[in-house]
Amino acid sequence: MKPLINLVEKVKPHFEEGGRFEKLHRSFEAFETFLYVKGDVTHTGSHIRDAIDMKRTMVHVIIALIPVLLFGIWNVGFQHFKATGQEVAFMDQVIFGLIKVLPIIIVSYASGLAVEFIFATARNHEVNEGFLVSGMLIPLVIPVTTPLWMVAVATIFAVIIGKEVFGGTGMNILNPALLARAFLFFAYPSYLSGEVWIETTLQEGQQLVDGFSGATAMAIMTAGEGTMPSDFDMFFGFIPGSIGETSTFAILLGAIILVATGIGSFKIMASVFLGGLAMGLLFNLFAVNDYMDMPAYRHLIMGGFAFGAVYMATDPVSASQTDMGKYIYGVLIGVITVLIRVVNPAYPEGMMLAILFMNVFAPLIDHYVVEANVKRRLKRMKKIRLETQA
Amino acid sequence: MSKIIKIKKGLDIPLQGEAEKILNTAPKSSAYCVCPPDFHSLTPKMLVKEGDKVQAGTPLFFDKYNEKILYTSPVSGIFTDLVRGEKRRILKLIIQADGGDDYVDFGIANPEDLSREQVTEKLLQSGLWPSIRQRPYSVVANPEQTPKAIFISAFDSSPLGADLDFILNGQEASFQTGLHALKKLTDGKIHLSVHAENTKAKGFLEAKGVSIHRFKGPHPAGNVGIQIHHIDPIDKGDIAWYVGVQHVITIGRLFEKGIYDASKIIALAGSEVLNPRYYRVIHGAKITDIVQKNIRVEEGLNHRFISGDVLSGTKVSEQDYLRFYDNMVTVIPEGDKPEVLGWMMPNFDKFSVSRSFPAFLMPWKKFRHNTNIRSGERPFVVTGVYEKVLPMEIMPMQLLKYIMINDIDMMEKLGIYEVAPEDFALCEYVCPSKIEIQETIREGLDVMLREFS
Repeated sequence: MKPLINLVEKVKPHFEEGGRFEKLHRSFEAFETFLYVKGDVTHTGSHIRDAIDMKRTMVHVIIALIPVLLFGIWNVGFQHFKATGQEVAFMDQVIFGLIKVLPIIIVSYASGLAVEFIFATARNHEVNEGFLVSGMLIPLVIPVTTPLWMVAVATIFAVIIGKEVFGGTGMNILNPALLARAFLFFAYPSYLSGEVWIETTLQEGQQLVDGFSGATAMAIMTAGEGTMPSDFDMFFGFIPGSIGETSTFAILLGAIILVATGIGSFKIMASVFLGGLAMGLLFNLFAVNDYMDMPAYRHLIMGGFAFGAVYMATDPVSASQTDMGKYIYGVLIGVITVLIRVVNPAYPEGMMLAILFMNVFAPLIDHYVVEANVKRRLKRMKKIRLETQA
Repeated sequence: MSKIIKIKKGLDIPLQGEAEKILNTAPKSSAYCVCPPDFHSLTPKMLVKEGDKVQAGTPLFFDKYNEKILYTSPVSGIFTDLVRGEKRRILKLIIQADGGDDYVDFGIANPEDLSREQVTEKLLQSGLWPSIRQRPYSVVANPEQTPKAIFISAFDSSPLGADLDFILNGQEASFQTGLHALKKLTDGKIHLSVHAENTKAKGFLEAKGVSIHRFKGPHPAGNVGIQIHHIDPIDKGDIAWYVGVQHVITIGRLFEKGIYDASKIIALAGSEVLNPRYYRVIHGAKITDIVQKNIRVEEGLNHRFISGDVLSGTKVSEQDYLRFYDNMVTVIPEGDKPEVLGWMMPNFDKFSVSRSFPAFLMPWKKFRHNTNIRSGERPFVVTGVYEKVLPMEIMPMQLLKYIMINDIDMMEKLGIYEVAPEDFALCEYVCPSKIEIQETIREGLDVMLREFS
């Protein structure tokens, strides 16, 4: 690896002050720090630092997304051939999925990173690692039928409006990946209403099977017609839906990775599930229609609920930042998601809106948690004062 | 016995190179140093000129804003060099030692027979007053004020920290005399905090005139700031003082012998020290005389010399000097070598609180931790990490944010008076965004200090 470092060191002067590509200094730095941890040492404060950094943190989220991604790729192929009624080998399903999904991922990363690099250069700050995760999340929360140009437009919108106008990663109010999805949802509703999310572009000799609807579970429940997939299919994800959201099982694998490494907040995940379940049960009690009567646990395995709870609500920047706030934030996301799903027929899926809504409210929750801390501190002072005087 | 105060939050960083309990005497240095920057927010006014002859205890300079507080020479010899930094700030006063024991005589006295004013006067004259610091702000105490209590931590929980039991051994009487002297300075109590299990020394456990508190748990349980928070927290307007164990001993010797005897015992520790041990030295001694040839030498290996512990000590060079408040010198490897794909590798040799590194699978392992910072500075992203290492009823991230935006009202409400940079050292250590947290806390304290003084 020595020659590699030597090569980087050799071209480095061109990117430093006074060099030919001085302006690209930040981009060069991003690649340099990607290749190796620099030999920079501490100057002030603690002489030693924990080995963790942003790159390590972000790459673990990506590792946690791998089960979902792999399943999603296969499911795209599986759903397609199910729709056309063809029996094909496992590998063919995967290859079909890859052909459809890879371009979306590439477009998402390319467009988003381009914006990131431009802003880093213009503002002269280091390229932040946040988009490594957002760039993977965006393809997983949209249906495979989304045209590539839309992916690009939505990603660019999300990075600029969702993040950079606030000052970059760490400063944003909304979850950038969800903002991309919300952008598509409102700008191109016909693509994201949940009607047909299976790649059904037919080639010569193919035709759709009789009675094919392609509707997602959410659409079926909202419309009140069609047959719901079985719980088994919904849990393992053999259903149509956004690329990454279908398999609750794969998502739980990711959740285990996130919680075990301590990267994702268990508090948020658990309380989202709890909030959703509680609201579902509440609806069961006062059920006046089929949707309200649906077993509460089903909310957790259909649509984007699990995906949102595990990967989206846990984004530390847009979530509540206090320990107590995380519980409140999580429970409310669960509650509001189910509320939107069941009560508002215009939006079959409530997860995205619930999280975005709570993103906006997270600072308010934190405000009250901080106020409570101030009160608790005052009380504690008084109590100890009395004790020491006694 | 009082109930044990259990500290649950915190972190003991497993480092190689703990000092063995063997006491050596370091060779006398040819030069000693007094460093005004050791005393935060001090503006020194010189009392001696280069070339002047000084005794141990001769005043070298005083505090411009509190003329009574004198800073004295630890040894006898000739004051030779005044080292200045940016804006002519005085960094070091170098004294060439003559090797003799020429002390200024402050007179022997039993502190129990003296009045508060007499004790104060003696401490001020001998240059031992600066060993007493105050909370809030973590600065040298003001002799005109009376603290509500004085706090002493009798155990050091910092990484590789010196064993104060071992240091106290044989100096129990001086320690007790020092306590008697301090007792005169406050109307309140003297709180002595010991470790519930590890403190065995009778000098601590049976100390007279103090209330003893027993603590248990990981670092920073031994930090006096954490102890104050759990025993008698500082509210707005409160003043508490704190003194290190070795300084209590030095104060004791001042009354017993009538001299400023600046000798102390320090631990020489760290993974790069071949035989980590304890040394008897004089404060302000040269690092190289303490370290000698006792360090690992390897091709391309650079050392980081630290006066103090790895979390909040001062970076020094081998030719530099031991600082006033420090009980140890740590030597660790510099992390100045790039690591290819270092952020992606499993990294079996790196310690981290995050379970994204395999360190948590090897709880028995001690690490050879280097000084690599591992990333550029980022904004706050990850939440909930600082809270795990700060055992106080304080919201660390929120306090830091309010310091950054200079909101005095909220800093006050969130407990700025209770904190000191060293209490936040672990937050800085675990921070994935590599934010300079201790410096931020110091800035916040400075804002408050300016605001209310």
